[in-house]
Amino acid sequence: MKFVDEFRNKEIAEGLIQRIQKTSTRPIQLMEVCGTHTVSIFRYGIKSLLPEQIGLLSGPGCPVCVTPNNDIDLAIALSRQKDVMIVTFGDMMRVPGSTSSLLKEKAGGGDIRIIYSSLEALKIAKENFGKKVVFLAIGFETTSPTIAVAILRAKEEKLHNLFFLNSQKRVPPALIALLQSKQVKIDGFILPGHVSTILGTKPYQFISKEFGRPAVITGFEPLDILQGIWMLIKQIEENRAAIEIQYRRIVHEEGNPTALSKIYEVFEEDEGNWRGLGLIANSGYRFKESYRQMDVRNFDVEVERPREHPECLCGEVLQGIKSPLECRLFKKVCHPENPIGPCMVSIEGTCHTYFKYQ
Amino acid sequence: MATVDVGGVLRDISLDLCQDVSVGEYVLIHTGFAIQKVDEEEAKETLDLLRQLAEAI
Repeated sequence: MKFVDEFRNKEIAEGLIQRIQKTSTRPIQLMEVCGTHTVSIFRYGIKSLLPEQIGLLSGPGCPVCVTPNNDIDLAIALSRQKDVMIVTFGDMMRVPGSTSSLLKEKAGGGDIRIIYSSLEALKIAKENFGKKVVFLAIGFETTSPTIAVAILRAKEEKLHNLFFLNSQKRVPPALIALLQSKQVKIDGFILPGHVSTILGTKPYQFISKEFGRPAVITGFEPLDILQGIWMLIKQIEENRAAIEIQYRRIVHEEGNPTALSKIYEVFEEDEGNWRGLGLIANSGYRFKESYRQMDVRNFDVEVERPREHPECLCGEVLQGIKSPLECRLFKKVCHPENPIGPCMVSIEGTCHTYFKYQ
Repeated sequence: MATVDVGGVLRDISLDLCQDVSVGEYVLIHTGFAIQKVDEEEAKETLDLLRQLAEAI
């Protein structure tokens, strides 16, 4: 078994679509929280296969997209200091800040490097003792344990020149904000498969218990998504609300306790700042006392006042309030070669996915 | 650390977050770390259920 091709079987997909059509009796709106789900849904044309009364909204699950301008501007300001090197994941390079981007700063001589793994940040710091190496650390619960491991190792190895610009986010509090919003109606969530590998089901219980909505942790292949949608429709039709797992080959009820313990060894929960959604309680992390010396927010650096492009709808798109097709910039001025907002930069960004597949 | 075969390319990954794995098993990788083992039995059960759902229409 390869765990991929088997979940792309056309005959089973056709059967599942028929089952969805048979089960669905009322108009509903489901939100796929994760950008990778949005990509799969478009890539396999899933929207066009569903009954018209089933709407799919794209959510805020793109870590690059939700990183606010403040943090990008801070990274840019730091990159202008002679003794600083910035390391970050590839997509962050092209995200426009208020007036520049890390890519432009690199072209202008800034020492900015792309890394694939948090462990590369450690290696680079060891090879560059003369520099303050700053890791612009973004990501959700899938990435946070890997960043925590790098922090733990840096401390263990007494590495004094590695720092972190922590802009990580926690998914569940953002779902509370979406459920409390009056601007968008969500009848159920297709929950992110890989974030849930770490979290398990417990942190999502409020969705069914407090808000009475169903949610299904779903994989990324077409059969996974169709089954996840069917499980949600079935719950709604039966007037049930529970947190269920479709992606059972990867996700367990308890999540990954080792990974969770690494996160909470280094961080404690704190208010998080999201593009579009703003400040959300407990949706981010701050360093615990004994790791605070690695927090770049202690640096004394002047940062410009954050400014957003007045016409970019990325913030609304991230909440499912607007579609990229409603944005005046979409495809005309804003495209992957010239992204105006982060939703067009990231391959997980909703605008990028619409551009590629719509 | 462990060496994994990713579509024919060999790569070194960290096992800090997923230690209970043996040679020959599949793992989910994220930014250079194994984050979970793939459960073959569960995969088979899901596929069986999917076939039943698709056939019983």
